[in-house]
Amino acid sequence: MLWTNIFAGFGGQGVLLIGQLLAYAGMYEGKNVSWLPSYGPEMRGGTANCSVVVSDEPIASPVLSMADCVIAMNTPSLDKFESCVNPGGKLFINSSIIEKKATRTDIEVYYVPCNEVADQLGNPKVANMAMLGAYLEATKAAKTESVLDALLYKLGEKKAHLIPLNREAIEKGAESIKK
Amino acid sequence: MAKKLMKGCEAVAEAAIQAGCHYFFGYPITPQNDIPEYMAARLPKVGGCFLQAESEVAAINMVYGAAASGARVMTSSSSPGVSLKQEGMSYLAGAELPCVVVNMVRGGPGLGSIQPSQGDYFQATRGGGHGDYHPIVLAPSSVQEAVDMMQDAFDLADVYRTPVMILADGIIGQMMEPVEFHESTSKRELPKKDWAATGWNPASGRPRAIVNSLYIEVDELQELNDRLQARYKIIRETEAKAELYNTDGAEIIVCAYGTVARICKSAIAICEKKGVKVGLVRPITVWPFPEKQLKEVMDQPSVKKAITVEISAGQMVEDVRLTVNGAKPVEFFGKPGSYTPTAEEIAEYIMKSREA
Repeated sequence: MLWTNIFAGFGGQGVLLIGQLLAYAGMYEGKNVSWLPSYGPEMRGGTANCSVVVSDEPIASPVLSMADCVIAMNTPSLDKFESCVNPGGKLFINSSIIEKKATRTDIEVYYVPCNEVADQLGNPKVANMAMLGAYLEATKAAKTESVLDALLYKLGEKKAHLIPLNREAIEKGAESIKK
Repeated sequence: MAKKLMKGCEAVAEAAIQAGCHYFFGYPITPQNDIPEYMAARLPKVGGCFLQAESEVAAINMVYGAAASGARVMTSSSSPGVSLKQEGMSYLAGAELPCVVVNMVRGGPGLGSIQPSQGDYFQATRGGGHGDYHPIVLAPSSVQEAVDMMQDAFDLADVYRTPVMILADGIIGQMMEPVEFHESTSKRELPKKDWAATGWNPASGRPRAIVNSLYIEVDELQELNDRLQARYKIIRETEAKAELYNTDGAEIIVCAYGTVARICKSAIAICEKKGVKVGLVRPITVWPFPEKQLKEVMDQPSVKKAITVEISAGQMVEDVRLTVNGAKPVEFFGKPGSYTPTAEEIAEYIMKSREA
């Protein structure tokens, strides 16, 4: 199994975090993983992305120019990375704020209403988790439980009460792409 | 111990502490700021000292002071900052002091970029400062390898009484990978630091320890240089390391170090799908350069040429050419600055080069 992924969006949308959660989850499941952030003169409201590889084999290049999956949380990310999806790969579009449709026809495209899911749950901050839920549903790259273990590690026990909300966001995100 | 997901910079810092380094002097610069940040948080808790100096020049001279007292000490920086440290590194080499310097290389020249680069190869492997000296230079290609190297980096410094450099890049520094910290134990017999300036009194019965790199008399300076060159000879003969990947019976040998070597592995997989066998020689020590290992691989009748891939205008390629010594063609692929080549681009170059 090998999944190469690019997570992209506005700074503040939590794309680096969901990328990291996938990396942690993969590691907990005994996979080889790498998480490489774009770093540079970034600012809040600017664009951010990270490359995440989850693999059974040792990871050769952690630097991705093409990926099996692209997760686009905003329009600039879709513009920049749509062409980077491997043929036959998957493109996840945050349809709550991206009005465009994908132009590629050689890939699978998932429209995930991330912000709507989050709003329904009463917390706009979990939009990223809805997207991660859709990603996990489509790829099975890691188990939801491993992702939640990773989130608990990141949040710490003091914020453990946030886990059920995040679980719900993951589940709702997953449901949103079930046909 | 369970694996932890850590940024390269943080993992390097933790590994240094576990190798017994309790003193860190540095000055901030991207993309290595996570090292001083980690050291600032951790060193006071292990009874050590973290100090943010007023400049890189000050930091490396603080390293000189701590090393002269016999302590395990380290500094880290990125390219422009490492340039500033070169005078101090020459002094450390001249005074035969052990220390570890981490360089998370970024694009140059000048202030350059903050993205990864390999443009500091010449500076690192040729000494960088004035005078005839070399630091030992280790080039990790993963976070785990960087961690595993730290213990030996400090040991090498102590055994050969020389600065040791970890030559990584912004990707190794900023990337998170799972790491395992094994209990740090030295695999080498470490000499006593009886040369260290630890305080003297007449009753001690030993001579005063004077740590110095100034030799006014020609003959005395000659003695120092002879001693250093004899040491470098031993280092060249015994400490060169390389990873050989897919090299048996390969048609083309790619030579690359650090992150780029990993991208080359992906390129090799692309070539293999097209039926072309490409091998990789990845220097783990770039000084000493693994001449013997590379030469043996290149001597195979199946090998037609070598292609060196770097994020530079072509620096390590000179060592590859010196090693191959005209026996077979040596080509270069790469760009100076911060442009990290993709696996597809490298594979395309290899395939085209094959037809040429």
